[in-house]
Amino acid sequence: MIRFLLRRLVSAAGIVMVVAATVFLLFYALPRDPARAFCGKLCLPENLKLLRHEMGMDLPIWQQFLAWAQGVVAGRDFPGVGRCEAPCFGYSFAKGEWVTETVLDRLPVTVSLSLGGAAVILTVGIGAGMLAAAKRGTWIDSLATSLSNIGGGMQIFFVGPLMVFVLSDTLGLLPRPRYTEFGDNPAKWFVGLLIPWIALSVIFYSNYTRLTRSMLLEQFNEDYVRTARAKGMSRRTTFFRFAWRGAMIPVVTQFGIDLGVLLGGAIVTELTFGLHGLGELVTQAFTNTDLPMLLGITVLSAGAIVLINVVVDALYAVIDPRVRLS
Amino acid sequence: MATVVLPETAEPTVTIGLSPGRIAWRRFKRNRTGVFCFFVSATFFIIAATAPLISLAYGKNAHERYGYRLLDASGYPPPPTGGMSPEFWLGIEPGLGRDVFMQLVFGIRTSLAIALIATVGLMLIGITVGIAAGYLGGRTDYWAGRVIDVLLAFPSQLMLIALVPVVDSMLVGPEEATPTWLRFATLCIVLTALGWAGSARILRSQVLSLREREFVEAAKVSGASPARIIFREILPNLWSPIIVLATWQLPILVGVEAGLGFLGVGLGPDVPDWGRMFLEGVQYYHLDFPYLLWPGLAMLIFIVCFNLMGDAIRDALDPKTKGL
Repeated sequence: MIRFLLRRLVSAAGIVMVVAATVFLLFYALPRDPARAFCGKLCLPENLKLLRHEMGMDLPIWQQFLAWAQGVVAGRDFPGVGRCEAPCFGYSFAKGEWVTETVLDRLPVTVSLSLGGAAVILTVGIGAGMLAAAKRGTWIDSLATSLSNIGGGMQIFFVGPLMVFVLSDTLGLLPRPRYTEFGDNPAKWFVGLLIPWIALSVIFYSNYTRLTRSMLLEQFNEDYVRTARAKGMSRRTTFFRFAWRGAMIPVVTQFGIDLGVLLGGAIVTELTFGLHGLGELVTQAFTNTDLPMLLGITVLSAGAIVLINVVVDALYAVIDPRVRLS
Repeated sequence: MATVVLPETAEPTVTIGLSPGRIAWRRFKRNRTGVFCFFVSATFFIIAATAPLISLAYGKNAHERYGYRLLDASGYPPPPTGGMSPEFWLGIEPGLGRDVFMQLVFGIRTSLAIALIATVGLMLIGITVGIAAGYLGGRTDYWAGRVIDVLLAFPSQLMLIALVPVVDSMLVGPEEATPTWLRFATLCIVLTALGWAGSARILRSQVLSLREREFVEAAKVSGASPARIIFREILPNLWSPIIVLATWQLPILVGVEAGLGFLGVGLGPDVPDWGRMFLEGVQYYHLDFPYLLWPGLAMLIFIVCFNLMGDAIRDALDPKTKGL
């Protein structure tokens, strides 16, 4: 297990590095000059040169990349700005802020959105799937299946406004989406994010319903479930103690994929609901030609996606003892 | 099951086998939801193809600001229907006063064209890489696998936003304005470049198992060239997963393309596009919900129907599905 984790973590770090390098290269392929953009319209050549030096842009690209990577591992000095301790993702000249601080400042919004959404998705999706499997062939089953088809065809930028329009503008049941710090007021945090969570779950739950339903139906025919039933265990006990375990493996796989999609999709979700998280930050960074910020957020989310994959693979063994990690 | 017995007089009974394609077609025809959804999806494609004719018959185009004088001081059409009337079937666009029905009809054209081209493109790359990695194995497989890993680790929306201007700048000088057809090409290229990895991975695993089958071994032993094995033995067996993957990808790409328009990196403001209707709709929806409702409903119907049709095709192609 430990060897597996170590090996996977090393390759995960490799992937993140490649992602960072690609973003670096892509950024320099852009037809824009960050130093000139920051310098303003009336820019003297000597100012531009000085600025280039401060931003570290007078070096060849690979040296800039190494300097950046060194900053992440060991910290780095910025001439004219100051010392930045590890893990240092650089200094955003466009915003005049340290990347690490700004990202940490915005992170709670995106994490609340994604993890809260994930919790609602799992509850609704698996619940509906279990219900459909238990009541197989009844109207409940067909309702759950057709609803999941419709949900899968929705886009967040349609279902989100639809919910806000119906639930808050028309019926007045919930306030419009708004982020409050969890530490400040947990109730407000919860209520303010409820619409985005529900909207996300409408889009994502369908996969879980379908997976849970078909896997559970398969499990009901497995020998060990039949044995348990034959030995006189109640339907309920076999269902909750045995059958769901075997059904969870594909669900966990799907969840790993979707968590990545949720994080990577935060841009559109945040834009839809007007929330100020990493998604908004990265869009700004892109418009402002702000490489350090862009790089910091990309690496962070790529890292999160890769880590989630490792965790998912390790979880297989926890859920199903027959799985061997290699 | 797969045979039809034709009794004939005075001759021995002849047994005619059906080709797998015909069996699949028969199965598909039996699936009522599938056939219905096929017609709905086809309608969308027909509307997209004949948009100029529809515009002629309807008497309006997608550019002129017919309803501008009907908007109120802040640019909203008359509530609560968003200005729906016999003259403007689906209402008036807030702000500019263009006809929503025409926006929608020409928007389908843009979305479907981009999604279709990108689907073909990414399937071609996916098939090539999948077969190369699965059949050649070894180092090719290893590196293809790593490239796929990296591509799947990218935060996709961010990469889409970031890549569009890069590809634009490769195709056109930095000072020139980007013409519409070029942005169109850029969107197709970017969606293709970022989308092939998933299909390649699935096809690779299919090829891996096909490679070890007896018929491939038999071909190898009888001295068939690798090209022959790939094109005559393996590729024909990949058609089912390829069709299933393509019908699965297309609606996703319609959604992603709309997402790009929503993020403001779609086609220019003069080209009708569902994505931009969403972007504008989200700004106006508190007071003018219908403007957001129409593209939302249209896209929902298309994606759901196309998915259901895809499911029906998959069921028809899968020999394990019961019933003929």
